Amino acid sequence: MDFGNILVNAFGELISPTTAAYALAALGLAVHFGYSGLLNFGQAGFMAVGAYGYAISTLSFNAPLPVAVLVALLASVVFAIVLGIPTLRLRADYLAIVTIAAAEIIRYIVTTNGLTDITGSANGLAAFEGGFYDLNPFPPGTYNIGPLGMNERDFWIRIVGWAVVIIACLVVWLLMRSPWGRVLKGIREDENAVRSLGKNVYAYKMQALVIGGVLGSLAGIIFTLPRGAVQPANYATELTFFLYTCLLLGGMATVLGPVIGAMIFWVVLSLTQGLLYGLIEVGAITFLSNSQAGQLRYILVGVALMLLMVFRPQGVLGNKKELAFA
Amino acid sequence: MVLGFLALVLLGAPAAQASPELPAPPQHRTVLQAQTAGTVQAAEFDNRIGGVLRGADGPIADVTVTATGNGFEGEATSGPNGAWSIGVPEQGTYEVAIDEDTLPEGIALAEGQENPRQVTFANTSSATTLFLFGEGIVTQQTPFLETLAERALAGFSFGLLLALSAVGLSLIFGTTGLTNFAHGEMVTLGAVLAFAFAGAGLPIAVAIVLAVIGGGLLGYVQDAGLWKPLRQRGTGLVPMMIVSIGLALALRYIIQLFFGGATQQLPGSQGEIIDLGSVSISRNNLTSLIVSLVVILLVAFLLLRTRIGKATRAVADNPALAAASGIDVDRVIRIVWVIGGMLAALGGILWAYYRPGVSYNMGQQILLLIFAGVTLGGLGTVFGALVGSIIVGLFVEISTIWLEADLKYVGALLIMILVLLFRPQGILGRRERIG
Repeated sequence: MDFGNILVNAFGELISPTTAAYALAALGLAVHFGYSGLLNFGQAGFMAVGAYGYAISTLSFNAPLPVAVLVALLASVVFAIVLGIPTLRLRADYLAIVTIAAAEIIRYIVTTNGLTDITGSANGLAAFEGGFYDLNPFPPGTYNIGPLGMNERDFWIRIVGWAVVIIACLVVWLLMRSPWGRVLKGIREDENAVRSLGKNVYAYKMQALVIGGVLGSLAGIIFTLPRGAVQPANYATELTFFLYTCLLLGGMATVLGPVIGAMIFWVVLSLTQGLLYGLIEVGAITFLSNSQAGQLRYILVGVALMLLMVFRPQGVLGNKKELAFA
Repeated sequence: MVLGFLALVLLGAPAAQASPELPAPPQHRTVLQAQTAGTVQAAEFDNRIGGVLRGADGPIADVTVTATGNGFEGEATSGPNGAWSIGVPEQGTYEVAIDEDTLPEGIALAEGQENPRQVTFANTSSATTLFLFGEGIVTQQTPFLETLAERALAGFSFGLLLALSAVGLSLIFGTTGLTNFAHGEMVTLGAVLAFAFAGAGLPIAVAIVLAVIGGGLLGYVQDAGLWKPLRQRGTGLVPMMIVSIGLALALRYIIQLFFGGATQQLPGSQGEIIDLGSVSISRNNLTSLIVSLVVILLVAFLLLRTRIGKATRAVADNPALAAASGIDVDRVIRIVWVIGGMLAALGGILWAYYRPGVSYNMGQQILLLIFAGVTLGGLGTVFGALVGSIIVGLFVEISTIWLEADLKYVGALLIMILVLLFRPQGILGRRERIG
């Protein structure tokens, strides 16, 4: 078993664009759930809207990169508003069910064979990332981050992905320490008290939903660019649940919590995979196949989510007083 | 022969269970090898295209079927029971063709039967296509009203099996306030247990009864080991909901760990079609309809006419008041979890016959429809869950007349969102229940 290799792989996950996408989407959830108390279970839907918005406007309409990104973000704003109008007045558990249903509706629609020309149905879309890599300022060659070597494309997507994460963190941090953010936290603590102060609770919630949704949609684009393909199966409800695991790991009402949570999530997944595969290879574990080892990791995710919620709901960074639920 | 047998042994338990009666004598050599090849493919890939070849005189064996598409090419030969199945790497559209040269003498495809034909997955991991044989058998255009009646009957059957799970979910919500995302896995477990018991050689009726008992046991264990301690800690409803999501993930992958990713069939999943006047329904659907109707009436009787039912309704109404008037609330909740688990397991078995097929994520596929049924009727109201589920079932099936089959769940989910917009408490719910 090659421990060095396992550690290098884990480090690769730490800075991978997928981790950046998870961090960004989880940050959106922090705005929704951690700061505003909105139990949005449809973040996978927002990510799908972003990814498909970008891919479809690039492929079907030949839109240049800035326009495609703008379309994706606008689509997620529209999705947030359409979703928010009927649901933001509902109690938390109703909201959860409706948002998860809305995300699934998006997934069914992009999967249907009737729209194959536009969405590519179950196979999804591919070859839309050219515009992004054309902007790459780095000449071809090998680039090293720590022990990890990569080509100029992988380097570029990592730089962009994490830059977006840092900017988003800054924006959320500034927003949450502004008067606007304080009203939002007030809504989380006691909606009626804030209403009695003359604030339009509904409008604040809607704004929070839109901002978190835009972050989710950006995450969708970053998630899909390095893959060079967008497939509906990637945006199932499990994605949302993994994002919640990241969020709760890090701390739900913090700015850096979702980022650290996403890093821990992927590093632990990578380490367990490396160790399990290694143990199977040397024959220490004989009762598992490689694919079963993969499933074992997700059992651990589920158990970790339960234990976190029961024993440390504030996560690594959070403050117990700032929980969205009493 | 030896190679084929070796491959078969190496395949492990699920595949061996799937084909318990393997012909060992050498004269069946080709059949055995063909079957092994088919099973290897099915174990390799999660998605399968399959069907049964059946002529007027019974099943047709040793016919070669091919599937091409999405850069993949697969081949299978029909087994002694006429069944064939090709594992494919991804869902999508495939061109399926029957090699007419391999058909036995005197048997030909019926008129109007396309060969090759396009087969498309509709969001499930298995796609079925039937080739009809014999002269004079022509698929005919049925009049609209008959189609409607047929869809409605199927939808009623589907709605009732949804209602089984929905009633359990609603009872649990009513008494504990928990929105249980792990209910889908309780549904899956029922079907997986039934498959395991049947694979162990038990008659299917016994297997089903044992699986339902197993479902009740899971409900009991869940309450005793997880939810009761959490209630005593005073954990809030939202954290409990997230715990149930963690539980759902863990259970789903535990089931996959033991069951594998492939879709398996329960015994008797290929039932014949029964004609009721102008409407026809498969025998399994009809049985499912009757079973769920009887069970739901039984639950309604329990709730309305027995002491424990009365106590359940009292706890659902106001737990503190119920406790003050001498009702053992924990006991009521325990019973509700056991009954909820049993109902979910039965619902899962019926769902396995309806789809048809058992897979590790089958419960997850209908979880949202169960939620839709419960919310449509009104969270926490048992009869609301029944009415809501039947509406969802009817809507899903009838909408296939106009909508593409892979969009049939969208309508039901949209209806749920619309109902919440105009009548958030659901059809039978009370105003105060929403915040």
